[in-house]
Amino acid sequence: MPTGKGQIGPELQRLIDLLAKLPGLGPRSAKRAALYLLKKREPVMRPLAYALAEAADKVAACSTCGNWDSIDPCAICADAERDGSVICVVQDVGDLWALERAGAHRGLYHVLGGLLSPLDGVGPDDLNIGRLVERARAESVKEVVLALPATVDGQSTAHYLSEHLAGCAVALTRLSQGVPVGGELDYLDEGTLAAAMKTRRPA
Amino acid sequence: MATPARAAGRAPVRFRRLALMDFRSYARAEVALDGRPVALFGPNGAGKTNLLEALSLLGPGRGLRSARLDELPRVGGAGGWAVSARLDVAGEERRLGVGAAASAPDRRICRIDETAAAGPAALAEHVRFLWLTPAQDRLFTDSPGERRRFLDRMALARNPAQARAAADYELAMRQRQRLLDERSRDEAWLAALETRMAEAGVALAAARRETASALAAAEIAAGDEDAGFPAADIALEGELEAALDAAPAAEVEEAFAERLRRNRAADAAAGRALIGPHRSDLLVTHRQKGTPARACSTGEQKALLIGLVLANARALALSARFRAGASAPLVLLLDEIAAHLDKDRRAALFDILDGLDFQVFMTGTDKSLFAAWGARAQGFAVEDGGLTETTLT
Ligand SMILES: Nc1ncnc2c1ncn2[C@@H]1O[C@H](COP(=O)(O)OP(=O)(O)OP(=O)(O)O)[C@@H](O)[C@H]1O
Ligand SMILES: [Mg+2]
Ligand SMILES: [Zn+2]
Repeated sequence: MPTGKGQIGPELQRLIDLLAKLPGLGPRSAKRAALYLLKKREPVMRPLAYALAEAADKVAACSTCGNWDSIDPCAICADAERDGSVICVVQDVGDLWALERAGAHRGLYHVLGGLLSPLDGVGPDDLNIGRLVERARAESVKEVVLALPATVDGQSTAHYLSEHLAGCAVALTRLSQGVPVGGELDYLDEGTLAAAMKTRRPA
Repeated sequence: MATPARAAGRAPVRFRRLALMDFRSYARAEVALDGRPVALFGPNGAGKTNLLEALSLLGPGRGLRSARLDELPRVGGAGGWAVSARLDVAGEERRLGVGAAASAPDRRICRIDETAAAGPAALAEHVRFLWLTPAQDRLFTDSPGERRRFLDRMALARNPAQARAAADYELAMRQRQRLLDERSRDEAWLAALETRMAEAGVALAAARRETASALAAAEIAAGDEDAGFPAADIALEGELEAALDAAPAAEVEEAFAERLRRNRAADAAAGRALIGPHRSDLLVTHRQKGTPARACSTGEQKALLIGLVLANARALALSARFRAGASAPLVLLLDEIAAHLDKDRRAALFDILDGLDFQVFMTGTDKSLFAAWGARAQGFAVEDGGLTETTLT
């Protein structure tokens, strides 16, 4: 019986192996994606390769808030229309996008880049915490909203942050209870998100 | 005559159809059910327990064998598996399905009415399972951990939110232990995890207390004693459970977090948390004899255990949430239920089950074990990877 790998050339195999590393794609779906790309070489594959290279070169984490953008500070931090007195702390850029899509927040953001988890080896130094404390010290900042998941890791991270922000003259708030946030923010419909933001309360 | 549970007018649930595909020993099997209790009989290894397990997977959790997902697909099958059911919930049809695709065997798929459900927890809104398996026969002689899990499962049937508290407590405890193992001195981080442990731990202990007292109340009300199911006295042994007798939850929480803080060095040295609800025990005593359950005979222990499960089912039927229709209907899965019981106790048990108004699934090796059901139950012979309907008389 023919084994899978011997039949596929090294270039194609490399493509499949890399595609299989993407979230949501396994070896089977990676093969399907590779075949699709080859079939759509001009309309999809080349533009994709170009977009990948461009993004790899130009997109970086904003040195202020951690958002991904091709300019630094990012478009949100640079937007003079936004309310600089409120900083909303989120786990990932995906959560930032969800809040933006819902039009739920008119202030600035701070992206932690994960949650504290000793079991996964994620500690305070792995998260964008020092910069948050620095930002919160600025006189213009009046409120920090902790929009973190209602999970053990989300809540212990929130608790940890409140300890470290205790010395700053800011009001600490969190989204109204009972609303799953964080990684789950993305799945919430926009109305729910906006309501959770509006009814936020002291952390 | 209508029992109080029936008169309450809450929604009964009845399985109408069950289909298995590449699940354990079953390549393909389909059964039509008419709503009566179901008795499955057949030789050892026929697939009776597998069928109960399939049903149990239509609820949250890992089912009645606590199996890993990779154990479920049929050996020799394509790698995926599926269990689906049609239920009649107060006259409305519900379709529930669980399974995994061959391409993603480690992702459990849950479907409700043919649309993807957020997760297994969503299933608990439609049906909940309580089970008794031979693995539990040693409950009273086993380690406290088994009894704790038994109690927590009963608590879970009362309130599905309980699963969250148990999982949160476990996770926060493991996270804290990892920090202690690494000799971390990050005060804020440890305190954050201890606060989580205290919140979830006290919720867990409170739910156990509620379950234990509901059990006691239901048992006194039931009077199964004459039917051969001895009454049991139930006590919880645990610091938090006891502390909740004397102080409000918020205070117990604070005190527990403080004790954890003071215990850091000891816990670090021991490699585990030395105090907390993960060390509690459920103590059961044969009321009439005044003997601890572990000192009772095999048959007496089985009878005590069945008594507890029945008491829990009854307590659930009586609970306010349940009567208001706020919690999902219950299904009882009783594996090898007739083992260790003499003929009279079996007949008495069937009468009690018949009066419960929950759909019951039972298994046994021989058809004759279920004879006392007569036409009140639907019988199936399990063999050669399939089921054949047979009368029980
Ligand atoms: N993933 C699997 N693929 C194929 N067969 C399996 C799988 N898992 C379990 N089995 C088989 O299913 C058979 C039936 O198991 P089951 O426990 O349901 O039997 P049973 O009817 O309850 O028997 P008993 O009366 O001994 O309790 C066993 O022989 C077991 O080896
Ligand atoms: Mg069995
Ligand atoms: Zn920015």
